[in-house]
Amino acid sequence: MKTARRGKVVSYNKWGYIFLIPFITVYLVFQFIPLVSTIYNSFFENYRSGLTQIGPNFIGLENYKTIFTNGDIITYAKNTLIMWVMGFVPQIIVSLLLGAWFSSPSLRLKGQRFFKTVIYLPNLIMASAFSMLFFTLFADSGPINSILVQMGILSQPYRFMSNIWSTRTLIAFMNFIMWFGNTTILLMAGMMGIDTALFEAAEVDGATSAQIFFKITLPLLRPILIYVMITSLIGGLQMFDVPQILTNATGDPMRSTMTLIMYLNKHLYSKNFGLGGALSVVLFIITGILSMIVYQFSSKKES
Amino acid sequence: MKSDKEAKVSKGMGIKSRRIIAYIVLVIISFLCLSWFYVLFINSTRSHAELTKGFTPVPSSYLMINWKNLSGGRAASALPIWYGLFNSFFISTLSAALCTYFSTMTAYAIHAYDFKMKKFMFTFILMIMMIPTQVTALGFLQLVGKMKLDDSFIPLIIPAMAAPVTFFYMKQYMESALPLSLVEAARIDGSGEFRTFNSIVLPLMKPAIAVQAIFTFVTSWNNYFTPALILHTDKKKTLPILIAQLRSTDWLKFDMGQVYVMILFSILPVIVIYLLLSRQIVQGVAMGSVKG
Repeated sequence: MKTARRGKVVSYNKWGYIFLIPFITVYLVFQFIPLVSTIYNSFFENYRSGLTQIGPNFIGLENYKTIFTNGDIITYAKNTLIMWVMGFVPQIIVSLLLGAWFSSPSLRLKGQRFFKTVIYLPNLIMASAFSMLFFTLFADSGPINSILVQMGILSQPYRFMSNIWSTRTLIAFMNFIMWFGNTTILLMAGMMGIDTALFEAAEVDGATSAQIFFKITLPLLRPILIYVMITSLIGGLQMFDVPQILTNATGDPMRSTMTLIMYLNKHLYSKNFGLGGALSVVLFIITGILSMIVYQFSSKKES
Repeated sequence: MKSDKEAKVSKGMGIKSRRIIAYIVLVIISFLCLSWFYVLFINSTRSHAELTKGFTPVPSSYLMINWKNLSGGRAASALPIWYGLFNSFFISTLSAALCTYFSTMTAYAIHAYDFKMKKFMFTFILMIMMIPTQVTALGFLQLVGKMKLDDSFIPLIIPAMAAPVTFFYMKQYMESALPLSLVEAARIDGSGEFRTFNSIVLPLMKPAIAVQAIFTFVTSWNNYFTPALILHTDKKKTLPILIAQLRSTDWLKFDMGQVYVMILFSILPVIVIYLLLSRQIVQGVAMGSVKG
């Protein structure tokens, strides 16, 4: 039976390759070749100074030396990480809480579908439009300030976009609003997968809901939590639209909200291909390492 | 014994109060998610003069006037929003169609056939899944320049054909919804492999295709990074680029009513899609837990 079947499959095998042709072709042309040429570019001096084109001249690892020694990449990596953490910590806390509530068999919350629909909505909103909206709402003469002044909380408008931490908080807050719904749904899917007999047994033994959460739910959820954290970190490293629009590409105040991708975008616009290439390769290596960790999870789930 | 009783009592109290706390928190969070859009809607119905006076929660009657000013191009004539809408729509629709069709095809190749490279290809696609497009943007831009495709929609549409995330979702869906016996039956009936794929596999994959088509459409609709680097002519720009342009103009001189209408205009299509299909979308997120 088995051999007969395999014999049959073999004759159709080539179709496996044929059906892969579109994917492989497009991947090679639009992602692999660009990746190789990005790496290639990172070894060349190649930029514009005014109207004169300098390079491309082979300079080995000079570009890497430059981006690490002039300190910009460290500053921007720090900005990116700070804003990611500021968004991720509340995100994971709220998501765990909501996930536990939604999946709790004893709570039986009503209107779950409505709440899930609402919390996922911001994830689909155009980040640049959302950021533009926040920019207008939190402007010095915008509605938020006007509400706060009318209510007597502030005596004069607060300049959100002129203070390092309020600007960072706004960006982190937008990321939080846009992503916690997604994280909640992922964590909930994980919580639903936990055997309810475990909860019931714990309840019979008199465990409180907090004990159940910390002693059963969290440990069993660890793999998914790590997965969520790393994918979110990869997403965080790509942070671009929100700070780009909010600060009009300046990363102000004092470049404190300039992210790595905004920096890369700057190099791409000014056609500084050498430094841009080196920066891309660094980002590629970091995301590559993180991806390998995610891959471990995905493939484990597969098997 | 005593402690057992106590625990029971406190738990009985607990459930009710916990439920109330849960509802309160949920309402606050829903408010955090929705209030922005409410303010956006209110403000887009108000004139610039009204807006400068401060915020009121009651809508005014300037929505259509703001809209006419924006689309008719008086003060905002610099923004070709109808072109923006069309371009965004065109690119997103084609991307969604190509992405779902070819991702299903790729998933089918791995799912239904046994060949030497199968394991390798699957591992490979999983590994490249999380690599962001931004890190190859430099080479991509150079390539696009060399192919003379700068300022064209093609480099924004064709790459959607190789989408590892969509592939992974399709592959997972096939495992539960596509019995290979069906394919074998089609073979016995003399159907060619390509025809089997188009007339048997694709219809069976419809629910998954619908979910992924929405996601790809929305991602492409919201995409700002790549289009901003590729599109230069005003009439070719997509909505996110126009939003960025709006941000970089001297917005103090701008009619704020128009700014709000412009933001509303660019997010409205996605909100409408979401309201119609929210159930499938939320389920889709839970199922293809390799997103985001």
